Order: sequence, then structure tokens, then C-alpha cells
Amino acid sequence: MTATSAIVAEGLEKRFGATQALRGLDFTVPEGTIVAVLGPNGAGKTTAVRILTTLTKPDAGQAVVAGYDVVRYPEEVRQRVGLAGQYAALDELLTGQENLEMIGRLYHLPRQVARRRAQELLERFDLVEAGSRIVKGYSGGMRRRLDLAASLVAAPPILFLDEPTTGLDPRSRLSMWDLIAELVAGGTTLLLTTQYLEEADRLADDIVVIDHGRVIARGTAAELKARVGGEHLEVIVSVGSELPVAARVLSGFGVGAVRMDTESRRISVPVTATQGLLTRVVRALDEEGVQVDEAILNRPTLDDVFLALTGRTATVETENGERTEDNPNRMEAA
Amino acid sequence: MSTQVNVLGRETAAGPSFGDRLKWGVSDALTMMGRNLRHIPRTPELLLDVTVQPIIFVVLFRYVFGGAIAVEGTSYINYLMAGIFVQTIMFAAMTSGIGLAFDLSKGIIDRFRSLPMSRAAVVTGRTLTDLLRGILASLVMLGVGLAVGFRPDGDVGGWLAGFGLLLLFGFAFSWVGVTVGMLARTPEAVQAFMFVAIFPLTFASSAFVPTETMPSWLRAFAENQPMTQTVDALRAYVLGQSPGSAAWQALAWSIGILVVFFPLAVTLYQKRTAH
Repeated sequence: MTATSAIVAEGLEKRFGATQALRGLDFTVPEGTIVAVLGPNGAGKTTAVRILTTLTKPDAGQAVVAGYDVVRYPEEVRQRVGLAGQYAALDELLTGQENLEMIGRLYHLPRQVARRRAQELLERFDLVEAGSRIVKGYSGGMRRRLDLAASLVAAPPILFLDEPTTGLDPRSRLSMWDLIAELVAGGTTLLLTTQYLEEADRLADDIVVIDHGRVIARGTAAELKARVGGEHLEVIVSVGSELPVAARVLSGFGVGAVRMDTESRRISVPVTATQGLLTRVVRALDEEGVQVDEAILNRPTLDDVFLALTGRTATVETENGERTEDNPNRMEAA
Repeated sequence: MSTQVNVLGRETAAGPSFGDRLKWGVSDALTMMGRNLRHIPRTPELLLDVTVQPIIFVVLFRYVFGGAIAVEGTSYINYLMAGIFVQTIMFAAMTSGIGLAFDLSKGIIDRFRSLPMSRAAVVTGRTLTDLLRGILASLVMLGVGLAVGFRPDGDVGGWLAGFGLLLLFGFAFSWVGVTVGMLARTPEAVQAFMFVAIFPLTFASSAFVPTETMPSWLRAFAENQPMTQTVDALRAYVLGQSPGSAAWQALAWSIGILVVFFPLAVTLYQKRTAH
């Protein structure tokens, strides 16, 4: 722990009836950083966020946000955090502008300031036109944007986003990512929960992997990926008899043992990815007269990490209730 | 950027003073009331119970029962109006509970709870909204009453006193509505419960007929329940008579209901939302 932790969770426990949602959750978020809490449905992500934002009291353990204990000084914490939840917390019968103004007033901003702030946020989130319509008619993406805007009304130094893109279509998700990246560029501390591994990789400095209410791993995306063996170079040659030559060439680029599969004419070697690596490899193979059908730099995804850590893949419920692999394009784990 | 971030909690937090708390509590409640009022033009059916319903009651009672029920010393419509006023304000008070039960079923309540606002304001905003609806309902009824023969001859002081008691009763009763709303699981359940509670209270009272003809056991209930006291006081005031002890009893009932149900409602609200 350092003297600049914006969020500290220590041994948090929470039980709902027969379900133990959190079992001694520990993590810290240094000030000004972005930390993703990553885990499958039911891992305890939302419960953790609800405790840290004073909506739920922990059964045991301690949480300190912005320097204040969340149980003892909830009002101090509320002054300093913004929350956008999994379900857009908006008044359906108010317009976008009215929603933001109301929240500004409840933060005790003077009326004029609240109005100006609402207009600013609508502009920033591309909702100017929608701002005068009631929220009931908004699309899912618009609701999320307005909800995010609502969490920023008081320009809080610490922001919590609970699954900000769950249920959004791919395009809205991308634009949401851009928005989030932009808004934390100013030094806001952000804790984000997600079940999308790609999202954590894309947005966060640091990733806390949780499962069954407990932290099972923590690190940067690169560190977590290194746990499953890092990057691999895979080459498929055109002619099986050229495999030994190709293997000799590839071993010059590798950082570990070369593996060959004669049947599929595939060679695989662990590498440290550097710029232009693939070009150099193909060129070197060409100089030796080896013809290449396929060359892939295989980067493990965080799905592989989850599999390696828990023995299970991170599966998520899709909206129509099917269970699917989070990332269908996931490459074979090395 | 926050400059006051350190680890493991400050031992002291300079909380807002009592005066600030009160100021912000009032401001928050008014903000919440503004929110509820904005809902009205967007769901006009929310006004049916304070406009169309009292009109139907005035007209039906005036023309259906008016000929058959004789009251001493005045016309039936003059007798009836105080009863309709109080009944309508009770129906209006129900919406606090229904509206809150509705809010609780939505994500918006988490937004409110994550804000540094007064906890009671969500509830108080509801009851203040119903107070305004009650005033609107009273004006509508007064207009309809005058149109169908209501001829009150109370003076201005009497009207003010009578309506003061009426609105206080409505405000007090809306805290009962909130309490029910917090105990019930769904908005529909609140409605069903309040319906069951309001009908016996209004009919077993002096609202529509004098209590003298009721059997003694019913009469004992009817004459000692808050609705009758409030109706009697209001009726006397608007008809230019002396309300006698009814005024004090009505006042005592309303204050008593407030004293019990205000803290109960707020506590239940906090309990219900602290999960």
C-alpha cells in the first residue's frame, strides 16, 4: 500500500442469504490509475462496487475511498465518487437535460451552474439533440452515455463504472471505450468492472482478476498474459520436407524450444514480439528457400489467462440467454 | 484531482452543521418535488384521482343520494362537500406510497443513494408533491361543488382554518401511504391495501351521512376516527359554524399521525434501501 491509494479494499466479505458474494476481497487502486476488476458473472464485481460506493455495507473487512472509510463516512465518500451502474440509473420520464440538472441540484450546485454543467455534458456525450427528449425513448447506447454523464456531474476525482458496456452492440461499445479513455485522460481514478477481457486490456493500467469473491490474480495485461507463456510465432510451411530448415531458422528468433508438427506442417516457437518481427522471419525463411503458407504471431488473450488461472473459461450470458465463449476469435492457447 | 487521499481512513470528518443539513434537506426535497411535478404532464393519468374522480363523486352523491338523504339545517350538497374534500385528499395521499414503491423497483434509487443528498428528501419530495396535488384537487372540487349547488357561507378565516386542517390531514396521511409503500413489495400491492383501508374509513364516518343512524358499535368507531373529526371541523368552518372540539381533535389526529408515521416511513425507507 502506498500513500496515494484512492481506493483500498481489505478483506471485504459480504453474504446475501446463502450466497457468499465476497470472501475476503483485497485490492488497492493507486490515485490517477485505471484498474479493471475482471471476472465472470457472479464473481462479486457489482457487490464490490456497491460497497465501495456506500450502497451496501460489508459484513466484514474495511474499505477506504478518497481517504474515507465507506462505512463510517459515507457522505464524505459520496461527495468524491461518481457511479455509473450496470443498469442505467435514470429517470425515464425526465429529459436528458432534466436528469443531469436534477443530479447537479442534488450535489447542491447552484441552479445556473447545474444547468450549464448539464449542457456541457450533453455536448461532450453527443446528446445535445436528445437532451430535450424524455429518456424513455432513448436507445441502450444513449442511456449508457447519459448515465455516464450523470456520474460526472460533480466532476468526481474517483469514478466507478460497473460493466459500462454490458449489453451494448459492438459499435456502441467502441464509442463507449473512446469516451471512457478520453474522460480519464485528465487524471481521474477509475475502477471499472467488466466481464469482457478485451475491455480490461484496452482500458486499464492494471487488472484485478476476481472469481468467487476473491482476487485470484493481479497485474498489467502484459504480466497476466506472460503467465500463459507469452507470445508464440506459428508458421505453416508449404512442403513438409522443409520443416527442419524452417525450424533452424525459427530457433534463431525464438526464446524457447521449437515445436514441430509434421502432419500439419506447423512450427511453433515462443518469441518476444518486436516491431517487424514477422517480416524478418518470413524474409529469413525465403532466403533459405522455404515457402510459407501461414505465419501468425499468436498473442494470448485474457481469456487464456482466465483459463490458466481457474481451469475454466470466462463464459458470459448473452442477452438471449445462451452461454457463449466471451471471445469467439480466441486463438489456441499455447 | 483530489488532494486529500491517504490510506485507511481519517479519524475525523468535519461533517456539515445542523443548519446546513436542514438547508440542504429542504433544497433536496424541493428538487425531488420538482422531479415529481415534471412527471405529471408526461403521465397525465396520474392526475385522474385528483380531478375526474372527485368530480364523479360530487356529481354522483349530489344527484344519486342527495334526494334520499336529509340532513339537518342545510342542503345535502353543503353537507357532502367537506366529506368529498377529505376523501379526495386521502386518495391523493396514496400516490406517495405508490410512487415510492415504483421508484424502488427502478435503478434510479441507486443513483439517489450514491449522491450526497438528504436520505429523507426522496420521501419528503413525494409527500410535498401530494400536498400540491391535494390543493389542486380541492380547487377542482370547489369549482364542481359550486356548479352543482354548494353554497358555503363561512368567512375567510373559517375557510383558511378549514383548508389548513384539510391539507395537514392529507400531508399526514401521505406518510401513512409511504409507510405502506415501504412495507409492500409492489406498487399494485400499495394500491390494493390503501383501497381496502380508505373505503371503511370514508364510509364509516360523517363524510357522506350523519353518524346518528349507524348502529352503536359502528357509530362508536365512526365518531372517533380521524376522518370524521377532520370532516366535521372542515364542514363547520366552511358553513360558517363553530367546529367546537372537532377542530382540536382533527389537529391532534393529524399531528399524531405525523409524529408516528414520519419517522416510521423514513426508517423503513432507509432499511428498505440499505441492502
